Amino acid sequence: MDSNIPKKNAFTKESLKKQFRLSEFLAEKIISSVAFLSIAIIVLIFVFVFKESLPIFNFGEKEAPKTEIGVNSDSKPESYRAAPMEDLKPESYGTEPIEELKPETYGAEPITQEDLKPETYGDVQAESTVASSEQSPALGPENNEGADKTWSTFLTTEWVPVSEHPRFGLIALLIGTLKVTVIAMLIAGPLAILAALYTSCFASKRAKEIIKPIIEMLAAFPSVVIGFFALIVLASFFQNIFGYDSRLNAFVGGVAMALAAIPIIYTISEDALSAIPKTYTEASLALGASKWQTAFFVTLPAATPGIFAALLLGVGRVFGETMIALMATGNAALLSANPFESVRTFAATIGAEMAETVFGETHYSVLFFIGSLLFIFSFVLNAVAEFYVKGRLIKKFQGK
Amino acid sequence: MKDIKIEVNDLSLYYGEKKALKDISMIIPSNKVTALIGPSGCGKSTFLRCINRMNDLIPNVTITGQMLVEGVDIYDKNVDVVNIRKKIGMVFQKSNPFPKSIYENVAYGPRINGIKDKKQLDEIVETSLRQAAIWDELKDRLDDSAMGLSGGQQQRLCIGRTLAVSPDIILMDEPASALDPISTSKIEELIHELKEQYTIIIVTHNMQQAARTSDYTAFFYLGELIEMDKTKSIFTKPSKKQTEDYITGRFG
Repeated sequence: MDSNIPKKNAFTKESLKKQFRLSEFLAEKIISSVAFLSIAIIVLIFVFVFKESLPIFNFGEKEAPKTEIGVNSDSKPESYRAAPMEDLKPESYGTEPIEELKPETYGAEPITQEDLKPETYGDVQAESTVASSEQSPALGPENNEGADKTWSTFLTTEWVPVSEHPRFGLIALLIGTLKVTVIAMLIAGPLAILAALYTSCFASKRAKEIIKPIIEMLAAFPSVVIGFFALIVLASFFQNIFGYDSRLNAFVGGVAMALAAIPIIYTISEDALSAIPKTYTEASLALGASKWQTAFFVTLPAATPGIFAALLLGVGRVFGETMIALMATGNAALLSANPFESVRTFAATIGAEMAETVFGETHYSVLFFIGSLLFIFSFVLNAVAEFYVKGRLIKKFQGK
Repeated sequence: MKDIKIEVNDLSLYYGEKKALKDISMIIPSNKVTALIGPSGCGKSTFLRCINRMNDLIPNVTITGQMLVEGVDIYDKNVDVVNIRKKIGMVFQKSNPFPKSIYENVAYGPRINGIKDKKQLDEIVETSLRQAAIWDELKDRLDDSAMGLSGGQQQRLCIGRTLAVSPDIILMDEPASALDPISTSKIEELIHELKEQYTIIIVTHNMQQAARTSDYTAFFYLGELIEMDKTKSIFTKPSKKQTEDYITGRFG
């Protein structure tokens, strides 16, 4: 008998000694570093975006050293088109002392270009700068004031980034973004959730097997295709029905974005609904509830957290959607409550204007500021949703 | 057996091709506790679920024969399943309160039956929970989530929830199988009290429980009803050999 008992089972101090498992240790470290890396990348992206927008705040001399670090990144553009400008600038400013400060007073410098912008729009930058050289002495003092004003124009309603007196009113853009988001979510939310409820609670197994992949396929649609569809088909279709003036508007854009958001909301809500244990359904049916009552009063509330997450992802998608906004919303920064007016969203503004601004100037910085706003908005939205709304919803539907 | 609550005539149930219940005929008296016993997979739970048509939820199930509840065949085409289930409540093996507050769990049944008045709902919740012998434990925390209760409390809450829709018949599918002895004895006491007002049919693996709680006992084996009689007779002098073998613990 004794010989049958394996020796390793013996509880000696030796056999119970702590072991060092190298492969597990390494795997654990790698996984955790990858996780932290992804967080770090997100933070770095935000820092970069925000840093690019710093010049508009015109922090003055204190910011100078910081911007010098930014010179490193300036070296890249130099190889493209900034190079000729840099060469020509001394001509335009002549012997003015400002010239020496230029590399450091990064914040003030772009404004000159900004004012030149209408002319620098063409591909030949050298000419435009030369042309502006005649005006520049006169504009010199004004430029500095302009830099102060950038910040203060944010709360106005006019978005006129390219003009002699550029105004960067974000209110119209913000309202436009919210308008499209609300319209899209009002359409996508109920549709997607009801579709999910149908497939998880009512549809036969066969129907579910057909419907789910088809709706999910919509998620793989490139947004440019949806945008094109909205631009060509939806816009005319809705104009025929409602008879509004501007063919591309917040409503058309909202509908198109709803198309993009529906598959996301649908898939996640469907998973959440299907994950509800069958015992809940059985309990409800055994109490004499009909299928409908069970679906709406038991299954749906039980899936609240999942559905809420689905809606949030949908909002995130619509909020940041660029291509559809660019193609279907009309891109006019108008401030109105009418859903059938053209709007311009944050994301579309960046998408449309980033390629046309001059590197480093105010407009460029403002666009990056909008980028950080988008980031902050979705962050705040998620945080509020996670810590406040979700808890309340769960309390309401599922007890404390 | 004067008051017949349920009369079953040649009831057979097929899962696809497989015959799971074989020509069951029995009579269940009203206001008594009837226990269904038998080894695992003998069809007693399946039979129980036939009584309120829960098997409708399972695809590929065919049922033949008659199930007369107070003389009405519940498998008749003109009978509405929802109305049957309102009359025949069910308590499941695994306690399954909804992920709602305790109050909402009990109020759910009356509410879907159209009772909106808050006062009336409060009353129903209280009486149901009192009947389920759990009111004193829960009265101060009605707004808490039912998921936070212990297993035994959850099961009694489920019983209270079933009582709230005031059914005639209560089906219990091994209601105490996952509970500790104290909770089990509470539920058994409860069954004893409830039979004054309700007809109770209970499936159990535990023969002592059947002996303690029931008035009548039916022994199922391999999808057949072997024997049904007063609990006392079944446990003292069963007429069939199989029953005796099972009860004495020779198999099962």
